[in-house]
Amino acid sequence: MKHTTLNRIGFQLFALLLAFGIASLVLLAVGASPVQIYKDMFGSLGTKGKIADVLVSWAPLLLATAGLLITFAAGLWNIGVEGQITFGAIGTTLVLRLLQNSAMNAGLIIALSIFAGMLAGALWAALAGALKTFGGVNEIFGGLGLNFVATALTIYLVFGPWKRPGTGSMSGTQPFPEQFNLPLFEGLRLSPWALVVAVVGIVFVYFLLQGTYFGLRLKAVGKNFRAAYLLGIPTWQYMMFSFLLCGALSGAAGALQVTAVYHRLIPSISSGYGYLGLMVAMLVNYQAIAAIPVAFFFAALNIGSIQLPIVHKLDSSFSGVLQGLLVLFILLAEGARQRLTPKA
Amino acid sequence: METALILTGLGSVFFASAPIVFAVIGETIAERAGVINLSINGMILLSAMGGFVVSFQTGSLFAGFLTGALIGALVAFIVAFSSITLKQSQVAVGFVLALTCRDLAYFLGNDYMGKGGPRLPAWDLPVLSDIPIVGPIFFHQDLITYISFLMIFLSWLWIFRTRPGLMLQGIGERPASAYVRGANVNLMRYAYTVLGGAIAGLAGPAYSLSVKAGWNGTISGLDGFGWIALAITIFGGWNPLRGAFGAYLFGLLQWLGLVLQPSLPNVPSQVLQVAPFPLMILTLFLVNIGSTEWVERTLAAMPESSRRFFTRALRALRASPPASLGVPFERE
Repeated sequence: MKHTTLNRIGFQLFALLLAFGIASLVLLAVGASPVQIYKDMFGSLGTKGKIADVLVSWAPLLLATAGLLITFAAGLWNIGVEGQITFGAIGTTLVLRLLQNSAMNAGLIIALSIFAGMLAGALWAALAGALKTFGGVNEIFGGLGLNFVATALTIYLVFGPWKRPGTGSMSGTQPFPEQFNLPLFEGLRLSPWALVVAVVGIVFVYFLLQGTYFGLRLKAVGKNFRAAYLLGIPTWQYMMFSFLLCGALSGAAGALQVTAVYHRLIPSISSGYGYLGLMVAMLVNYQAIAAIPVAFFFAALNIGSIQLPIVHKLDSSFSGVLQGLLVLFILLAEGARQRLTPKA
Repeated sequence: METALILTGLGSVFFASAPIVFAVIGETIAERAGVINLSINGMILLSAMGGFVVSFQTGSLFAGFLTGALIGALVAFIVAFSSITLKQSQVAVGFVLALTCRDLAYFLGNDYMGKGGPRLPAWDLPVLSDIPIVGPIFFHQDLITYISFLMIFLSWLWIFRTRPGLMLQGIGERPASAYVRGANVNLMRYAYTVLGGAIAGLAGPAYSLSVKAGWNGTISGLDGFGWIALAITIFGGWNPLRGAFGAYLFGLLQWLGLVLQPSLPNVPSQVLQVAPFPLMILTLFLVNIGSTEWVERTLAAMPESSRRFFTRALRALRASPPASLGVPFERE
């Protein structure tokens, strides 16, 4: 047992090395110095403000990952998570718009709007789930199509019915008055509430998958659909429910993007956290607790790469390249380990 | 005059659909062998960028197309290696590659954004282009579009009319039987995945050196094509002819969208831009609905006359994947 763990760590370190090696070659190809770039990317994280910025993107990323761990457990590739975040943000914005002139308590309105975001996310996920269950449309394609639709809907709202006074612009809808923003830490852009929601989300998923009968049966559905069905597990209901839960968690991520980060709806409100969450979920391989540091690391790469266009005139998509290579080589290393390690 | 315009328009549909045709045929070949190459959306972006940059630097269009094919082959090789040799999930690796290749394309192509570069010249085929109606539609194109026509028929002939093609079907349907018949299943899967990748890789330069010359990063209008191509592969029932038909249908709808846009001022342009995606879902829905359990149950409960009608309609639409698509092959 001990030996296997050591073995695995060895292969993963090797994968890490390879990923950074190839990423360095990519940097050399555009004439940049890898050492300098890595130093700038990670060195900029030294200040309190930067760590807070990383946590700002860590919270929604972790929520999306938490949701995806549920659908992964059910054996589903919920690529539609990106659209579920977006639709969650739309739901939150809708409720804030409807209630912002009411006499209701602002805190209550925020809570309602976050709840609406979760509901909207679940709704969008249910659509992908229904297409899969009743229409035979693979969730990869259904989800992907719905992602594009959700983005188009956002752009339509930002430039159409919800445009800011005057002309609509890519910078989004009119920001909500301050009382509808989640409170921030003094001098930082980070809201403690966002952290709370994210931690509650991942802990919930941890216990759901590790400690409940539901989680066990869900994993049975994911491991062997047919066997689970024959054992009497209501398979399609379980799959549908995992879609709903994932949608609600990613909807919460979208709600945070509106209430804690942007304070309005912007066209790219999901910020790619859904796709990134898929990568994190693949990397941690069902281990909900491991998602906490891995999501932090990926968020740090994102924040670190923001500097690249300004300082080095390089595209910030470098973080995506590095993240992708890391996941790819970890997957390959796991395959190589299984192949090369003699079976006991 | 009107007819001339329509003919030119139809010709442009075949021209603009060439990238999708390459992608669909490449994917069809790989999936026929039993391997899903989910990376093609990102891979096409990378090959479009790579093909353009190499052409821009060397001045050689041929080098650009070759680069595109090589990138496609290389990415497909990674998919094949990780799924066949390392037994990792094809979906996982393909998806990661789709994202990584896309970011890599944007990162490496950053310096070449919006630069004017080489473009494949139009080439009217002698004699053929003078045929009325057919000429203006099919033979006022450029070389890569003619190659796309040729590729449709060649791949169809290969899969359905040759012995090795029969073996190709075999390794995707019943690999164990093919193995008993002497086929080296895994080696053949490698070969067809890489070949399919190379063909799909031509989609990139076919776009960046022909349809819409140049590299424009995130606004190239190319992102999403690969996913559509994957859906069309399913719609096409893993048959190059039906797949090409799907690709052209898609191209026609896109063209109609462009043509009709001025007369539909109430429909925001964003809606028309994403119209392919709900359409993709709808198509997959129609193709797959006949295979779902509840429809079968509903049909069974119907009166004879209407059941026959619905069964026939659904069967005409239905497309069944190769039986071992995505399933690794192991000798017992």
